[in-house]
Amino acid sequence: MNTQHSVPTHTAQSTGEPAWLRRTLIGVALLFVGLFLVLPLAAVFTEALRKGAEAFFEAFKEPDAMSAIKLTLLIAAITVPLNLVFGVSAAWAIAKFEFRGKALLTTLVDLPFSVSPVVAGLIYVLVFGAQGWFGPWLQAHDIKIIFAVPGMVLATVFVTFPFIARELIPLMQAQGNEEEQAAMVLGANGWQMFWRVTLPNIKWGLLYGVILCNARAMGEFGAVSVVSGHIRGQTNTMPLHVEILYNEYQSVAAFAVASLLALLALVTLVIKSVVEWQQQRLMAELAALSPERPIKTPLHAH
Amino acid sequence: MSSMTLFAPRHQPARVLPGFHITLGFTLAYLSLIVLIPLSALVFKTLQLTWEQFWQAVTAPRVVASYKLTLGASLIAATVNAFFGMLLAWVLVRYQFFGKKVVDALVDLPFALPTAVAGISLTALLAGNGWIGQYLEPLGIQLAFNRNGVLIALIFIGLPFVVRTVQPILEDLEKELEEAATCLGATRWQTFSRVIFPALAPALLTGFAMAFARAIGEYGSVIFIAGNMPMVSEITPLIIISKLEQYDYAGATAVALVMLCAAFLMLLLINGLQAWQRSRSGASA
Repeated sequence: MNTQHSVPTHTAQSTGEPAWLRRTLIGVALLFVGLFLVLPLAAVFTEALRKGAEAFFEAFKEPDAMSAIKLTLLIAAITVPLNLVFGVSAAWAIAKFEFRGKALLTTLVDLPFSVSPVVAGLIYVLVFGAQGWFGPWLQAHDIKIIFAVPGMVLATVFVTFPFIARELIPLMQAQGNEEEQAAMVLGANGWQMFWRVTLPNIKWGLLYGVILCNARAMGEFGAVSVVSGHIRGQTNTMPLHVEILYNEYQSVAAFAVASLLALLALVTLVIKSVVEWQQQRLMAELAALSPERPIKTPLHAH
Repeated sequence: MSSMTLFAPRHQPARVLPGFHITLGFTLAYLSLIVLIPLSALVFKTLQLTWEQFWQAVTAPRVVASYKLTLGASLIAATVNAFFGMLLAWVLVRYQFFGKKVVDALVDLPFALPTAVAGISLTALLAGNGWIGQYLEPLGIQLAFNRNGVLIALIFIGLPFVVRTVQPILEDLEKELEEAATCLGATRWQTFSRVIFPALAPALLTGFAMAFARAIGEYGSVIFIAGNMPMVSEITPLIIISKLEQYDYAGATAVALVMLCAAFLMLLLINGLQAWQRSRSGASA
Protein backbone atom coordinates (compact mmCIF):
# COMPACT_ATOMS: atom_id res chain seq x y z
CA MET A 1 0.00 0.00 0.00
CA ASN A 2 1.25 3.43 -0.80
CA THR A 3 1.33 5.51 2.38
CA GLN A 4 2.66 8.68 0.75
CA HIS A 5 -0.82 10.04 0.17
CA SER A 6 -1.72 10.24 3.83
CA VAL A 7 1.33 12.32 4.75
CA PRO A 8 -0.06 15.87 4.82
CA THR A 9 3.28 17.67 4.60
CA HIS A 10 4.02 16.26 1.15
CA THR A 11 2.06 18.78 -0.82
CA ALA A 12 1.63 17.64 -4.35
CA GLN A 13 2.53 20.33 -6.88
CA SER A 14 -0.82 20.11 -8.62
CA THR A 15 -2.77 21.04 -5.47
CA GLY A 16 -0.30 23.48 -3.91
CA GLU A 17 -0.34 27.25 -3.92
CA PRO A 18 2.10 29.35 -5.97
CA ALA A 19 5.26 30.30 -4.11
CA TRP A 20 4.41 34.01 -3.79
CA LEU A 21 1.07 33.20 -2.15
CA ARG A 22 2.67 30.66 0.16
CA ARG A 23 5.28 33.17 1.27
CA THR A 24 2.67 35.88 1.79
CA LEU A 25 0.46 33.61 3.91
CA ILE A 26 3.43 32.49 6.01
CA GLY A 27 4.54 36.11 6.34
CA VAL A 28 1.15 37.38 7.50
CA ALA A 29 0.79 34.49 9.95
CA LEU A 30 4.25 35.10 11.40
CA LEU A 31 3.58 38.83 11.67
CA PHE A 32 0.38 38.13 13.60
CA VAL A 33 2.17 35.69 15.92
CA GLY A 34 4.99 38.18 16.38
CA LEU A 35 2.69 41.06 17.27
CA PHE A 36 0.21 39.19 19.44
CA LEU A 37 2.34 36.50 21.08
CA VAL A 38 6.08 37.18 20.88
CA LEU A 39 5.98 40.91 21.65
CA PRO A 40 3.83 40.62 24.81
CA LEU A 41 6.03 37.79 26.05
CA ALA A 42 9.21 39.74 25.34
CA ALA A 43 7.76 42.85 26.98
CA VAL A 44 7.28 41.01 30.30
CA PHE A 45 10.97 40.13 30.58
CA THR A 46 12.24 43.44 29.21
CA GLU A 47 10.11 45.47 31.59
CA ALA A 48 11.19 43.25 34.49
CA LEU A 49 14.88 43.82 33.74
CA ARG A 50 14.56 47.47 32.73
CA LYS A 51 16.39 48.73 35.82
CA GLY A 52 18.89 45.90 35.96
CA ALA A 53 19.18 42.58 37.69
CA GLU A 54 19.41 44.10 41.15
CA ALA A 55 16.03 45.81 40.93
CA PHE A 56 14.66 42.59 39.51
CA PHE A 57 15.77 40.48 42.47
CA GLU A 58 14.75 43.23 44.90
CA ALA A 59 11.13 42.38 44.02
CA PHE A 60 11.51 38.90 45.48
CA LYS A 61 13.16 40.00 48.72
CA GLU A 62 9.93 41.55 49.85
CA PRO A 63 8.19 39.24 52.38
CA ASP A 64 4.84 39.88 50.66
CA ALA A 65 6.23 38.53 47.39
CA MET A 66 7.54 35.41 49.11
CA SER A 67 4.21 34.77 50.84
CA ALA A 68 2.40 35.27 47.51
CA ILE A 69 4.65 32.67 45.88
CA LYS A 70 4.10 30.25 48.75
CA LEU A 71 0.34 30.70 48.66
CA THR A 72 0.26 30.18 44.89
CA LEU A 73 2.20 26.91 45.27
CA LEU A 74 -0.03 25.81 48.14
CA ILE A 75 -3.23 26.42 46.17
CA ALA A 76 -1.88 24.53 43.17
CA ALA A 77 -0.69 21.69 45.42
CA ILE A 78 -4.22 21.23 46.77
CA THR A 79 -6.15 21.93 43.57
CA VAL A 80 -4.26 19.75 41.10
CA PRO A 81 -4.48 16.44 43.07
CA LEU A 82 -8.20 17.04 43.76
CA ASN A 83 -8.98 17.58 40.10
CA LEU A 84 -6.65 14.74 39.15
CA VAL A 85 -8.65 12.24 41.19
CA PHE A 86 -11.88 13.71 39.82
CA GLY A 87 -10.59 13.71 36.25
CA VAL A 88 -9.55 10.05 36.30
CA SER A 89 -12.74 9.02 38.03
CA ALA A 90 -15.03 10.97 35.68
CA ALA A 91 -13.15 9.75 32.61
CA TRP A 92 -13.38 6.14 33.80
CA ALA A 93 -17.14 6.35 34.28
CA ILE A 94 -17.81 8.30 31.08
CA ALA A 95 -15.36 6.61 28.69
CA LYS A 96 -15.64 3.00 29.78
CA PHE A 97 -19.38 2.61 30.42
CA GLU A 98 -22.68 3.35 28.73
CA PHE A 99 -25.40 4.93 30.82
CA ARG A 100 -28.34 7.24 30.45
CA GLY A 101 -27.54 10.91 30.93
CA LYS A 102 -23.93 10.52 29.80
CA ALA A 103 -24.12 13.38 27.31
CA LEU A 104 -25.59 15.63 30.00
CA LEU A 105 -22.88 14.65 32.47
CA THR A 106 -20.15 15.36 29.89
CA THR A 107 -21.66 18.78 29.23
CA LEU A 108 -21.84 19.57 32.95
CA VAL A 109 -18.17 18.63 33.38
CA ASP A 110 -17.37 21.26 30.73
CA LEU A 111 -19.58 23.91 32.30
CA PRO A 112 -16.86 25.70 34.35
CA PHE A 113 -15.01 26.47 31.09
CA SER A 114 -17.76 28.77 29.93
CA VAL A 115 -18.53 30.43 33.27
CA SER A 116 -16.80 33.78 33.75
CA PRO A 117 -14.08 33.61 36.43
CA VAL A 118 -15.76 36.51 38.19
CA VAL A 119 -19.03 34.56 38.41
CA ALA A 120 -17.05 31.54 39.65
CA GLY A 121 -15.74 33.61 42.54
CA LEU A 122 -19.11 35.18 43.26
CA ILE A 123 -20.97 31.88 43.68
CA TYR A 124 -18.67 30.89 46.56
CA VAL A 125 -19.27 34.27 48.18
CA LEU A 126 -23.00 33.53 47.93
CA VAL A 127 -22.54 30.13 49.59
CA PHE A 128 -19.90 30.85 52.23
CA GLY A 129 -19.80 34.67 52.52
CA ALA A 130 -21.20 36.68 55.44
CA GLN A 131 -24.53 37.11 53.61
CA GLY A 132 -24.41 33.61 52.15
CA TRP A 133 -26.14 30.32 52.91
CA PHE A 134 -23.60 29.10 55.46
CA GLY A 135 -22.32 32.56 56.43
CA PRO A 136 -23.98 32.85 59.86
CA TRP A 137 -23.12 29.25 60.80
CA LEU A 138 -19.48 29.68 59.74
CA GLN A 139 -19.24 32.95 61.66
CA ALA A 140 -20.68 31.34 64.79
CA HIS A 141 -18.04 28.61 64.58
CA ASP A 142 -15.28 31.06 63.71
CA ILE A 143 -14.46 29.42 60.37
CA LYS A 144 -13.29 31.68 57.57
CA ILE A 145 -13.71 30.50 54.00
CA ILE A 146 -14.30 33.69 52.04
CA PHE A 147 -11.44 36.23 52.15
CA ALA A 148 -9.29 33.30 53.27
CA VAL A 149 -7.34 30.45 51.73
CA PRO A 150 -10.15 27.81 51.62
CA GLY A 151 -12.31 30.07 49.46
CA MET A 152 -9.39 30.70 47.11
CA VAL A 153 -8.78 26.97 46.81
CA LEU A 154 -12.47 26.34 46.06
CA ALA A 155 -12.57 29.06 43.38
CA THR A 156 -9.40 27.64 41.80
CA VAL A 157 -10.79 24.10 41.88
CA PHE A 158 -13.88 25.42 40.06
CA VAL A 159 -12.03 27.15 37.23
CA THR A 160 -9.62 24.23 36.68
CA PHE A 161 -12.35 21.62 37.15
CA PRO A 162 -12.62 20.25 33.56
CA PHE A 163 -8.94 20.31 32.50
CA ILE A 164 -7.85 16.75 33.33
CA ALA A 165 -11.22 15.07 32.64
CA ARG A 166 -11.37 16.85 29.26
CA GLU A 167 -7.99 15.41 28.21
CA LEU A 168 -8.74 11.88 29.41
CA ILE A 169 -12.30 11.28 28.18
CA PRO A 170 -11.59 11.30 24.41
CA LEU A 171 -8.30 9.46 24.92
CA MET A 172 -9.88 6.64 26.94
CA GLN A 173 -12.84 6.46 24.58
CA ALA A 174 -10.49 6.01 21.63
CA GLN A 175 -8.55 3.28 23.42
CA GLY A 176 -11.66 1.22 24.12
CA ASN A 177 -12.13 -1.44 26.77
CA GLU A 178 -10.42 -4.49 25.26
CA GLU A 179 -7.12 -4.27 27.10
CA GLU A 180 -8.79 -3.78 30.47
CA GLN A 181 -11.23 -6.60 29.77
CA ALA A 182 -8.33 -8.87 28.87
CA ALA A 183 -6.62 -7.99 32.16
CA MET A 184 -9.78 -8.83 34.10
CA VAL A 185 -10.28 -12.09 32.26
CA LEU A 186 -6.65 -13.02 32.99
CA GLY A 187 -7.40 -12.61 36.67
CA ALA A 188 -6.20 -9.13 37.57
CA ASN A 189 -8.08 -7.29 40.28
CA GLY A 190 -9.37 -3.76 39.74
CA TRP A 191 -6.29 -1.96 41.06
CA GLN A 192 -3.85 -4.19 39.19
CA MET A 193 -5.78 -3.54 35.98
CA PHE A 194 -5.75 0.21 36.61
CA TRP A 195 -2.06 0.52 37.53
CA ARG A 196 -0.67 -1.90 34.92
CA VAL A 197 -3.01 -1.43 31.96
CA THR A 198 -5.01 1.79 32.13
CA LEU A 199 -2.45 4.12 33.67
CA PRO A 200 0.40 3.29 31.24
CA ASN A 201 -2.02 3.89 28.38
CA ILE A 202 -3.20 7.30 29.57
CA LYS A 203 -0.02 8.63 31.19
CA TRP A 204 0.78 11.21 28.50
CA GLY A 205 -2.74 12.55 28.34
CA LEU A 206 -2.81 12.65 32.11
CA LEU A 207 0.46 14.60 32.27
CA TYR A 208 -0.88 16.99 29.62
CA GLY A 209 -4.02 17.63 31.66
CA VAL A 210 -2.05 18.05 34.87
CA ILE A 211 0.30 20.69 33.49
CA LEU A 212 -2.56 22.69 31.94
CA CYS A 213 -4.51 22.43 35.20
CA ASN A 214 -1.43 23.51 37.15
CA ALA A 215 -0.74 26.49 34.88
CA ARG A 216 -4.28 27.74 35.23
CA ALA A 217 -4.33 27.09 38.99
CA MET A 218 -1.19 29.16 39.52
CA GLY A 219 -2.26 31.90 37.13
CA GLU A 220 -5.94 32.30 37.97
CA PHE A 221 -6.83 35.92 38.60
CA GLY A 222 -10.53 36.80 38.33
CA ALA A 223 -12.10 34.06 40.45
CA VAL A 224 -9.42 34.23 43.13
CA SER A 225 -9.61 38.01 43.16
CA VAL A 226 -13.30 37.93 44.14
CA VAL A 227 -12.83 35.62 47.13
CA SER A 228 -9.39 36.74 48.30
CA GLY A 229 -10.08 40.03 50.06
CA HIS A 230 -6.56 41.10 49.02
CA ILE A 231 -4.96 40.87 52.44
CA ARG A 232 -1.25 41.45 51.83
CA GLY A 233 0.98 38.68 53.05
CA GLN A 234 -2.02 36.46 53.75
CA THR A 235 -4.44 36.03 50.86
CA ASN A 236 -2.38 37.31 47.94
CA THR A 237 -1.39 34.94 45.19
CA MET A 238 1.24 35.86 42.61
CA PRO A 239 -1.23 37.21 40.02
CA LEU A 240 -2.95 39.31 42.71
CA HIS A 241 0.43 40.54 43.92
CA VAL A 242 1.24 41.58 40.35
CA GLU A 243 -1.97 43.61 40.25
CA ILE A 244 -1.24 45.38 43.54
CA LEU A 245 2.32 46.27 42.55
CA TYR A 246 1.17 47.46 39.14
CA ASN A 247 -1.55 49.67 40.59
CA GLU A 248 1.02 51.14 42.99
CA TYR A 249 3.18 52.06 39.99
CA GLN A 250 5.93 49.64 41.06
CA SER A 251 6.28 48.61 37.46
CA VAL A 252 9.62 46.79 37.69
CA ALA A 253 8.54 44.75 40.71
CA ALA A 254 5.19 43.94 39.09
CA PHE A 255 6.87 42.71 35.92
CA ALA A 256 9.50 40.82 37.92
CA VAL A 257 6.81 38.74 39.61
CA ALA A 258 4.96 38.55 36.28
CA SER A 259 8.12 37.23 34.61
CA LEU A 260 8.12 34.27 37.03
CA LEU A 261 4.56 33.50 35.91
CA ALA A 262 5.57 33.93 32.27
CA LEU A 263 8.44 31.51 32.86
CA LEU A 264 5.93 29.05 34.27
CA ALA A 265 3.85 29.49 31.11
CA LEU A 266 6.91 28.81 28.93
CA VAL A 267 7.81 25.69 30.89
CA THR A 268 4.19 24.56 30.51
CA LEU A 269 4.37 25.05 26.74
CA VAL A 270 7.65 23.12 26.51
CA ILE A 271 6.32 20.15 28.51
CA LYS A 272 3.10 20.27 26.51
CA SER A 273 5.00 20.15 23.19
CA VAL A 274 7.20 17.29 24.38
CA VAL A 275 4.12 15.34 25.45
CA GLU A 276 2.49 15.98 22.09
CA TRP A 277 5.54 14.83 20.12
CA GLN A 278 5.72 11.77 22.34
CA GLN A 279 2.10 10.94 21.57
CA GLN A 280 2.60 11.50 17.84
CA ARG A 281 5.63 9.20 17.87
CA LEU A 282 3.60 6.50 19.63
CA MET A 283 0.77 6.85 17.14
CA ALA A 284 3.20 6.67 14.21
CA GLU A 285 4.81 3.54 15.63
CA LEU A 286 1.41 1.96 16.17
CA ALA A 287 0.40 2.80 12.61
CA ALA A 288 3.61 1.24 11.31
CA LEU A 289 2.85 -2.11 12.92
CA SER A 290 1.73 -4.85 10.62
CA PRO A 291 -1.92 -5.80 11.07
CA GLU A 292 -1.08 -9.29 12.31
CA ARG A 293 0.57 -7.86 15.39
CA PRO A 294 -1.76 -5.19 16.65
CA ILE A 295 -0.60 -5.53 20.25
CA LYS A 296 1.65 -2.77 21.50
CA THR A 297 4.54 -4.96 22.73
CA PRO A 298 6.86 -4.53 19.72
CA LEU A 299 6.91 -0.76 20.26
CA HIS A 300 10.50 -0.73 21.44
CA ALA A 301 11.71 -2.76 18.48
CA HIS A 302 12.17 0.41 16.40
CA MET B 1 -36.39 12.54 37.11
CA SER B 2 -34.33 11.12 39.92
CA SER B 3 -30.62 10.56 39.45
CA MET B 4 -31.17 6.86 40.08
CA THR B 5 -33.07 6.34 36.83
CA LEU B 6 -31.19 9.05 34.95
CA PHE B 7 -27.76 7.54 35.45
CA ALA B 8 -28.83 3.90 35.38
CA PRO B 9 -26.75 1.69 33.08
CA ARG B 10 -28.18 1.36 29.61
CA HIS B 11 -27.66 -2.37 29.22
CA GLN B 12 -27.20 -4.58 32.23
CA PRO B 13 -25.21 -7.60 31.00
CA ALA B 14 -21.57 -7.98 30.03
CA ARG B 15 -20.02 -5.41 32.30
CA VAL B 16 -16.60 -6.91 32.87
CA LEU B 17 -14.86 -3.77 34.09
CA PRO B 18 -15.15 -2.80 37.75
CA GLY B 19 -15.63 0.58 39.37
CA PHE B 20 -18.65 1.96 37.53
CA HIS B 21 -20.71 2.82 40.60
CA ILE B 22 -17.88 4.21 42.68
CA THR B 23 -16.41 6.42 39.95
CA LEU B 24 -19.80 7.68 38.79
CA GLY B 25 -20.88 8.27 42.38
CA PHE B 26 -17.71 10.22 43.16
CA THR B 27 -17.99 12.19 39.91
CA LEU B 28 -21.59 13.18 40.63
CA ALA B 29 -20.84 14.10 44.25
CA TYR B 30 -17.79 16.20 43.35
CA LEU B 31 -19.62 17.86 40.46
CA SER B 32 -22.53 18.72 42.74
CA LEU B 33 -20.35 20.09 45.56
CA ILE B 34 -17.98 22.15 43.43
CA VAL B 35 -20.15 23.24 40.50
CA LEU B 36 -23.88 22.57 40.71
CA ILE B 37 -24.74 23.57 44.27
CA PRO B 38 -22.67 26.79 44.23
CA LEU B 39 -24.13 27.72 40.83
CA SER B 40 -27.64 27.06 42.11
CA ALA B 41 -26.90 29.59 44.89
CA LEU B 42 -26.79 32.19 42.15
CA VAL B 43 -30.29 31.25 41.00
CA PHE B 44 -31.74 31.06 44.51
CA LYS B 45 -30.22 34.39 45.54
CA THR B 46 -31.70 36.05 42.46
CA LEU B 47 -35.11 34.54 43.23
CA GLN B 48 -35.13 36.52 46.46
CA LEU B 49 -35.27 39.74 44.45
CA THR B 50 -38.56 41.09 43.19
CA TRP B 51 -38.95 41.24 39.42
CA GLU B 52 -38.60 45.05 39.48
CA GLN B 53 -35.40 44.88 41.50
CA PHE B 54 -33.96 42.29 39.15
CA TRP B 55 -35.00 44.15 36.02
CA GLN B 56 -33.61 47.42 37.36
CA ALA B 57 -30.30 45.80 38.22
CA VAL B 58 -29.80 44.14 34.85
CA THR B 59 -31.07 46.99 32.67
CA ALA B 60 -29.42 49.98 34.34
CA PRO B 61 -27.85 52.14 31.59
CA ARG B 62 -24.31 51.49 32.82
CA VAL B 63 -24.94 47.73 32.82
CA VAL B 64 -26.53 47.77 29.36
CA ALA B 65 -23.56 49.75 28.05
CA SER B 66 -21.30 47.02 29.44
CA TYR B 67 -23.31 44.27 27.69
CA LYS B 68 -22.97 46.09 24.40
CA LEU B 69 -19.23 46.51 24.85
CA THR B 70 -18.67 42.94 26.05
CA LEU B 71 -20.77 41.36 23.30
CA GLY B 72 -19.54 43.69 20.55
CA ALA B 73 -15.85 43.44 21.41
CA SER B 74 -16.13 39.65 21.89
CA LEU B 75 -17.82 39.28 18.52
CA ILE B 76 -15.17 41.32 16.71
CA ALA B 77 -12.35 39.57 18.58
CA ALA B 78 -13.75 36.12 17.75
CA THR B 79 -14.08 37.14 14.09
CA VAL B 80 -10.48 38.34 13.98
CA ASN B 81 -9.47 35.09 15.66
CA ALA B 82 -11.48 33.05 13.16
CA PHE B 83 -9.65 34.71 10.26
CA PHE B 84 -6.13 34.57 11.66
CA GLY B 85 -6.75 31.24 13.37
CA MET B 86 -7.71 29.73 10.05
CA LEU B 87 -4.64 31.26 8.43
CA LEU B 88 -2.34 29.99 11.20
CA ALA B 89 -3.83 26.49 11.08
CA TRP B 90 -3.42 26.45 7.31
CA VAL B 91 0.19 27.61 7.41
CA LEU B 92 1.08 25.20 10.23
CA VAL B 93 -0.47 22.17 8.49
CA ARG B 94 0.34 22.82 4.84
CA TYR B 95 3.69 24.63 4.70
CA GLN B 96 7.20 24.07 5.93
CA PHE B 97 9.13 27.01 7.31
CA PHE B 98 11.85 27.81 9.80
CA GLY B 99 10.62 27.88 13.38
CA LYS B 100 7.35 26.11 12.64
CA LYS B 101 7.45 23.96 15.76
CA VAL B 102 8.12 27.00 17.95
CA VAL B 103 5.18 28.86 16.40
CA ASP B 104 2.99 25.80 16.87
CA ALA B 105 3.92 25.64 20.55
CA LEU B 106 3.55 29.42 21.03
CA VAL B 107 -0.05 29.37 19.80
CA ASP B 108 -1.07 28.01 23.20
CA LEU B 109 0.61 30.86 25.07
CA PRO B 110 -2.70 32.61 25.86
CA PHE B 111 -3.87 29.40 27.57
CA ALA B 112 -0.72 29.15 29.65
CA LEU B 113 0.05 32.79 30.43
CA PRO B 114 -1.87 34.11 33.45
CA THR B 115 -4.40 36.70 32.33
CA ALA B 116 -3.07 39.38 34.67
CA VAL B 117 0.37 39.04 33.12
CA ALA B 118 -1.10 39.32 29.63
CA GLY B 119 -3.02 42.39 30.74
CA ILE B 120 -0.09 44.37 32.12
CA SER B 121 2.17 43.28 29.28
CA LEU B 122 -0.23 44.38 26.54
CA THR B 123 -0.75 47.64 28.40
CA ALA B 124 3.00 48.21 28.61
CA LEU B 125 3.26 47.68 24.85
CA LEU B 126 0.35 49.86 23.81
CA ALA B 127 0.34 52.70 26.36
CA GLY B 128 1.47 56.10 25.08
CA ASN B 129 5.08 55.46 26.14
CA GLY B 130 5.14 51.77 25.22
CA TRP B 131 7.06 49.94 22.49
CA ILE B 132 4.22 50.16 20.01
CA GLY B 133 2.21 52.96 21.59
CA GLN B 134 4.96 55.55 21.18
CA TYR B 135 4.81 55.22 17.39
CA LEU B 136 1.03 55.21 17.20
CA GLU B 137 0.29 58.10 19.51
CA PRO B 138 1.74 60.80 17.23
CA LEU B 139 -0.57 59.40 14.53
CA GLY B 140 -3.55 59.87 16.81
CA ILE B 141 -4.09 56.15 17.30
CA GLN B 142 -4.74 55.07 20.87
CA LEU B 143 -4.88 51.34 21.52
CA ALA B 144 -4.82 51.35 25.34
CA PHE B 145 -7.21 52.68 27.98
CA ASN B 146 -10.21 52.65 25.67
CA ARG B 147 -12.37 50.19 23.74
CA ASN B 148 -9.49 49.29 21.42
CA GLY B 149 -7.67 47.95 24.46
CA VAL B 150 -10.60 45.69 25.34
CA LEU B 151 -10.61 44.34 21.80
CA ILE B 152 -6.88 43.66 21.72
CA ALA B 153 -6.91 41.82 25.04
CA LEU B 154 -9.83 39.68 23.84
CA ILE B 155 -8.07 38.86 20.57
CA PHE B 156 -5.05 37.73 22.59
CA ILE B 157 -6.92 35.40 24.94
CA GLY B 158 -9.08 33.89 22.18
CA LEU B 159 -6.24 33.27 19.75
CA PRO B 160 -5.64 29.52 20.29
CA PHE B 161 -9.25 28.30 19.96
CA VAL B 162 -9.77 28.44 16.19
CA VAL B 163 -6.23 27.22 15.46
CA ARG B 164 -6.68 24.22 17.71
CA THR B 165 -10.12 23.25 16.39
CA VAL B 166 -9.28 23.68 12.67
CA GLN B 167 -5.76 22.20 12.74
CA PRO B 168 -6.65 18.51 13.36
CA ILE B 169 -9.48 18.57 10.78
CA LEU B 170 -7.18 20.09 8.18
CA GLU B 171 -4.53 17.46 8.93
CA ASP B 172 -7.04 14.66 8.38
CA LEU B 173 -8.47 16.15 5.20
CA GLU B 174 -8.01 13.75 2.35
CA LYS B 175 -5.67 14.97 -0.35
CA GLU B 176 -7.64 12.98 -2.94
CA LEU B 177 -10.59 15.39 -2.69
CA GLU B 178 -8.42 18.32 -3.68
CA GLU B 179 -6.70 16.34 -6.41
CA ALA B 180 -10.09 15.34 -7.77
CA ALA B 181 -11.24 18.96 -7.78
CA THR B 182 -8.07 20.02 -9.59
CA CYS B 183 -8.44 17.21 -12.12
CA LEU B 184 -12.01 18.30 -12.77
CA GLY B 185 -10.68 21.73 -13.69
CA ALA B 186 -11.21 23.75 -10.54
CA THR B 187 -8.87 26.63 -9.85
CA ARG B 188 -7.01 26.62 -6.54
CA TRP B 189 -9.40 29.22 -5.15
CA GLN B 190 -12.45 27.22 -6.27
CA THR B 191 -10.97 24.13 -4.64
CA PHE B 192 -10.45 26.04 -1.42
CA SER B 193 -13.85 27.74 -1.29
CA ARG B 194 -15.93 24.79 -2.52
CA VAL B 195 -14.05 21.74 -1.22
CA ILE B 196 -11.70 22.61 1.64
CA PHE B 197 -13.59 25.42 3.35
CA PRO B 198 -16.93 23.56 3.65
CA ALA B 199 -15.08 20.65 5.27
CA LEU B 200 -13.49 23.00 7.79
CA ALA B 201 -16.57 25.12 8.44
CA PRO B 202 -17.95 23.18 11.46
CA ALA B 203 -14.55 23.26 13.18
CA LEU B 204 -14.12 26.92 12.34
CA LEU B 205 -17.53 27.76 13.80
CA THR B 206 -16.80 25.70 16.92
CA GLY B 207 -13.53 27.55 17.46
CA PHE B 208 -15.26 30.87 16.82
CA ALA B 209 -17.95 30.06 19.40
CA MET B 210 -15.33 28.96 21.95
CA ALA B 211 -13.32 32.14 21.48
CA PHE B 212 -16.52 34.19 21.75
CA ALA B 213 -17.62 32.39 24.94
CA ARG B 214 -14.21 32.85 26.50
CA ALA B 215 -14.15 36.53 25.56
CA ILE B 216 -17.55 37.24 27.13
CA GLY B 217 -16.38 36.06 30.53
CA GLU B 218 -12.81 37.38 30.38
CA TYR B 219 -11.73 39.67 33.19
CA GLY B 220 -8.04 39.57 34.12
CA SER B 221 -6.42 40.62 30.88
CA VAL B 222 -9.01 43.28 30.03
CA ILE B 223 -9.17 45.38 33.17
CA PHE B 224 -5.56 46.57 32.96
CA ILE B 225 -5.77 47.81 29.40
CA ALA B 226 -9.40 48.95 29.20
CA GLY B 227 -9.19 52.13 31.23
CA ASN B 228 -12.54 51.01 32.71
CA MET B 229 -14.51 54.17 32.05
CA PRO B 230 -18.20 53.72 32.98
CA MET B 231 -20.48 53.68 29.90
CA VAL B 232 -17.44 53.55 27.60
CA SER B 233 -14.93 50.82 28.34
CA GLU B 234 -16.35 48.95 31.31
CA ILE B 235 -16.93 45.22 30.70
CA THR B 236 -19.73 43.25 32.38
CA PRO B 237 -17.51 41.13 34.67
CA LEU B 238 -16.07 44.39 36.03
CA ILE B 239 -19.62 45.62 36.78
CA ILE B 240 -20.06 42.54 38.98
CA ILE B 241 -16.79 43.26 40.78
CA SER B 242 -17.62 46.91 41.41
CA LYS B 243 -21.10 46.03 42.68
CA LEU B 244 -19.49 43.53 45.06
CA GLU B 245 -17.06 46.17 46.28
CA GLN B 246 -20.04 48.39 47.10
CA TYR B 247 -21.65 45.44 48.96
CA ASP B 248 -24.48 45.42 46.39
CA TYR B 249 -24.72 41.62 46.48
CA ALA B 250 -28.23 41.57 44.98
CA GLY B 251 -27.15 43.66 41.98
CA ALA B 252 -23.97 41.63 41.46
CA THR B 253 -25.94 38.39 41.62
CA ALA B 254 -28.55 39.58 39.12
CA VAL B 255 -25.92 40.63 36.56
CA ALA B 256 -24.00 37.40 37.20
CA LEU B 257 -27.14 35.39 36.45
CA VAL B 258 -27.44 37.13 33.09
CA MET B 259 -23.81 36.20 32.37
CA LEU B 260 -24.42 32.62 33.49
CA CYS B 261 -27.38 32.34 31.10
CA ALA B 262 -25.17 33.62 28.28
CA ALA B 263 -22.57 31.01 29.23
CA PHE B 264 -25.21 28.25 29.17
CA LEU B 265 -26.41 29.34 25.74
CA MET B 266 -22.85 29.34 24.40
CA LEU B 267 -22.20 25.91 25.89
CA LEU B 268 -25.30 24.48 24.20
CA LEU B 269 -24.30 26.12 20.92
CA ILE B 270 -20.75 24.73 21.14
CA ASN B 271 -22.07 21.26 21.98
CA GLY B 272 -24.39 21.40 18.99
CA LEU B 273 -21.57 22.53 16.72
CA GLN B 274 -19.29 19.75 17.97
CA ALA B 275 -22.01 17.16 17.34
CA TRP B 276 -22.39 18.55 13.82
CA GLN B 277 -18.63 18.35 13.32
CA ARG B 278 -18.54 14.75 14.56
CA SER B 279 -21.35 13.72 12.25
CA ARG B 280 -19.49 15.36 9.37
CA SER B 281 -16.10 13.82 10.04
CA GLY B 282 -17.64 10.56 11.23
CA ALA B 283 -18.67 9.78 7.68
CA SER B 284 -15.12 10.00 6.37
CA ALA B 285 -13.34 8.44 9.37
